[in-house]
Amino acid sequence: MSFPWAKPYEPKHPLMKWMDEKLPIPRLVYNATGPGYPVPRNLNYFWNFGVLAGAALMIQIITGIILAMHYAANVGVAFNSVEHIMRDVNAGWFIRYAHMNGASMFFIVVYLHIFRGLYYGSYKAPREMVWLLGVVIFLLMMATAFMGYVLPWGQMSFWGAQVITGFFSAIPIVGEPVRQWLLGGFVPDNATLNRFFSLHYLLPFVILGVIILHIWALHIPGSNNPTGIEVKDEQDTVPFHPYYTAKDGFGLGIFLLVFVALTFFSPNMLGHADNYIPANSLSTPAHIVPEWYFLPFYAILKAFTFNFLWIDAKLWGVIAMFASIALLFFLPWLDSSPVKSSTYRPLYRWFFWVLVADVLLLGWCGMQPAEQPWVILSQLGSIYYFAHFLVILPIVSRIERPLPMPNSITEAVLAKHAPDAASGPAAA
Amino acid sequence: MASESELNAGIEDGVRRRDFINIAAVSFAGVGAVAVVLPLVNQMNPSADVLALSTTEIDISAIQPGQAIKTSWRKQPVFVRNLVAKEIAEAKAVPLSDLRDPQTIDERTKPGKENWLITLGVCTHLGCVPLGAAEGENKGDFGGYFCPCHGSHYDTAARIRKGPAPTNLVVPPYEFTGDTVVTIG
Repeated sequence: MSFPWAKPYEPKHPLMKWMDEKLPIPRLVYNATGPGYPVPRNLNYFWNFGVLAGAALMIQIITGIILAMHYAANVGVAFNSVEHIMRDVNAGWFIRYAHMNGASMFFIVVYLHIFRGLYYGSYKAPREMVWLLGVVIFLLMMATAFMGYVLPWGQMSFWGAQVITGFFSAIPIVGEPVRQWLLGGFVPDNATLNRFFSLHYLLPFVILGVIILHIWALHIPGSNNPTGIEVKDEQDTVPFHPYYTAKDGFGLGIFLLVFVALTFFSPNMLGHADNYIPANSLSTPAHIVPEWYFLPFYAILKAFTFNFLWIDAKLWGVIAMFASIALLFFLPWLDSSPVKSSTYRPLYRWFFWVLVADVLLLGWCGMQPAEQPWVILSQLGSIYYFAHFLVILPIVSRIERPLPMPNSITEAVLAKHAPDAASGPAAA
Repeated sequence: MASESELNAGIEDGVRRRDFINIAAVSFAGVGAVAVVLPLVNQMNPSADVLALSTTEIDISAIQPGQAIKTSWRKQPVFVRNLVAKEIAEAKAVPLSDLRDPQTIDERTKPGKENWLITLGVCTHLGCVPLGAAEGENKGDFGGYFCPCHGSHYDTAARIRKGPAPTNLVVPPYEFTGDTVVTIG
């Protein structure tokens, strides 16, 4: 679906006409990312991150397929096969470092993409399904990244697998059997490594499938925009190509610059030195922390140090951690304000930035040992995180008085350039 | 082609013979699908070689009072600790009502061998190996074991006292098969 003024696809070359009758892929591309897809004219650079996330996934899939040609998923040789990639395989060091840092880049752009959605209200009607599918993608990414981190079979790999599968043992009664079922043993071992490799190879393609649904769901109402006002007529839009292919292309260039800078100059900055020590099931590293992109959730897990009601601390921590993500599934219905963009939400805008600060604080606490003052800070940060979604947001969206809004995207765009219009004719 | 009257033959209470056949066929296929899923799920459980748990024999003659060793059973770490009288007294002095997972030290050791505390070295929170078995390691606030991952403290009977772990360190099945030999498993 698209707007009625979308440019129709009209193949001229006989070959393209023939193709259009047999398998209309060129038509699909034209109508999805070409001149046949009108997009709000006012998208800012925060709208780059969807395309960048797609680019990051492609980088992961390509480098990952190559790494799988040289890696061996067996506890006896896994660690050494990674060293073999680093030292012996032609350009192996480059491909592995790209895959390692590509995962971080993927999470960076996805987090910016999520916070863009939170700031501009992209999760609201009519785009709830886009948001829900996005949360599914986020969960799949976390599972994929975790299993990938286990594959080098270093100390962090092993103990990460031990701790994360330990979450499931918190479930009453069936917890321990479920954990043994996931591991295929009593501790992470060969069975675990093999199945994680199999699933780590599979899940990116599942993510790709859900991304197609995410884009499909997006293309029905079309993109949100910085004003949050829906498109009214043709002058509110420009065709995706060449306008946003160019804008996304520029953003992609910046993304790649950051990515190669990280890969070439500081490839281990975001990793942990302990993972260059082979896995040892008898010795836990003194300080185990997950990869940076899990830290805020890890802090929520660690915040529960006491039994509360009839549920023990361990189960509380696990419930809270999963709930912190599951909560996002309810976001479109927790925020009842009809105004999408924070530009016109003077109160929500403040709470948005407090939430950003809170998530950063939780990330910082997640990195620290389980001691004071970090425990109390994690507890306060966790309470605020849940309060934001369950208390503050429903109240703010009811009591807030939005700022006056323009009638259309075009009006908002022209108002921005009004001083120019007063000073000269160039404003048109 | 069957005529309308033939198709409707045998209708009672608005249910056709064909409805019955449809439901029966789909149900039968459903049972078959479930039967196929079972082995696909069950293959993930620990395999026979993993389950064939070996028994491990430990020679404890070299462990001096106050010392502990770390060994392994079923690929999991095991702590064997030779408690001194003071540590046993400390463990006995704690009222059971103070414990999250109430157990006396006698329930956690063998009669007449109560100085030998044998537990898995697996924190019951999320499975890290607690510190405190080796010389000079942090033994936590209660003089037993301390898990650095998420800050669980265990006392001299390896019972949980503080932190997120729900239960005491697990005592594996074991027996004294000689004066100085313990068989775990």
